[in-house]
Amino acid sequence: MKFLCVECDRQMTFEERQLPGDGTLAAAFRCPKCGRAVALLTNPMETQLVSSLGVKIGGATVPAEPLETIRGMVATGREDAFTEPVGRSDGRTVGLSWSAEAQDRLARVPGFVRGMVKKIYADYAKERGIDEITPAVMDAARSELGLEEM
Amino acid sequence: MPLNIRTYHELTDPDRSGLGEQIATQRRRLAARLAAVGRVIVVMSGKGGVGKSFVTAHLARALARAGRAVGVLDADLNGPTVAGLLEAGTARLVVGEDAVLPATGSDGVRLVSMAQLLADGQPLAFKGPPAESFVWRGAAEAGAIRELLADVAWGPLDVLLLDLPPGMQRFLELCDLLPAPPAVLTVTIPTPESRDAVRRALRAATERRSPLLGVVENMVDGPFAGTAGADLAVEFGVPVLARIPWHPTPDTWAVLAGRLG
Repeated sequence: MKFLCVECDRQMTFEERQLPGDGTLAAAFRCPKCGRAVALLTNPMETQLVSSLGVKIGGATVPAEPLETIRGMVATGREDAFTEPVGRSDGRTVGLSWSAEAQDRLARVPGFVRGMVKKIYADYAKERGIDEITPAVMDAARSELGLEEM
Repeated sequence: MPLNIRTYHELTDPDRSGLGEQIATQRRRLAARLAAVGRVIVVMSGKGGVGKSFVTAHLARALARAGRAVGVLDADLNGPTVAGLLEAGTARLVVGEDAVLPATGSDGVRLVSMAQLLADGQPLAFKGPPAESFVWRGAAEAGAIRELLADVAWGPLDVLLLDLPPGMQRFLELCDLLPAPPAVLTVTIPTPESRDAVRRALRAATERRSPLLGVVENMVDGPFAGTAGADLAVEFGVPVLARIPWHPTPDTWAVLAGRLG
């Protein structure tokens, strides 16, 4: 995709990309000679088509995350489909899991801090090579990290 | 008086968006991920309900029991069943630095399926404008398949089996995505209706220069009468690799695995 300033007969350069949050996309280009800027505006269907291809107008600035399109676009996905890796003492890498009791306990944490609390417990477990978080692990973390209120 | 507008190729400054290069990067990533995979085999049919997933799962298990490193990608995004057959339908996927680790199913088969990613009982639905979704849904599904191939740390595999949905669309997408046309294992049931549908699939595979490994005739000695397996084998010059009875035994699958080499 290139833009030509017809009056100057010069290729315009990409300036910036904006995602206003309504499903549309704006990409601005400027003529290096006369300074005139134009914006490419795509409707939600066009924006979606580009997203579906896993590409970014204006170029990709960071490498794609694993399964980025699936994780970002699937509307009916499981909340707990993905988990974090834990390196065990035997050298194997396994997924971090939460016991049913630990999940119940986490669910009682107020929603506005639940994500932060979950990360604290997950980091605690990963650092110690623990692959399942149980109430006992949560108690140990609270005690060691001084999180008696969580 | 028409404007004098130069063409895309006449503008020689770099294309900052580089959409073509982004696509090429995706292809290179996929090729690199599959570099340690000995064979990519698609299990396909032109017909639904012939037992592709059943054959895929049991073939994978038989290969694994024979000592092969086997992976299965459930490419049936809208009707994923092979994960359940491999007892890994609800396994969570571990996210690593640049890839997701596949789940481990029965007999050590490595597996990734949309069944592991979707909420219970929910259809595959994408975020996005619902109107005219046919415009982008195909691209989204192809993108999902690309990611399931390229963003999963399959590791060294002797065989990666791809369980395809009915029809030809997914096969054609894979031919475009993969570095080389995949080998094709075809599944049919004995009926002439199945034969006619599978014939179309085999012709498409031939046109794409996919190696044809042979035909598996499933559900024989049951209510389905016909000679589809033998007919297709003669027509396309391929072997009938197995005739799977209604109640196959582990030996049935071991024989099929042995014939695949």
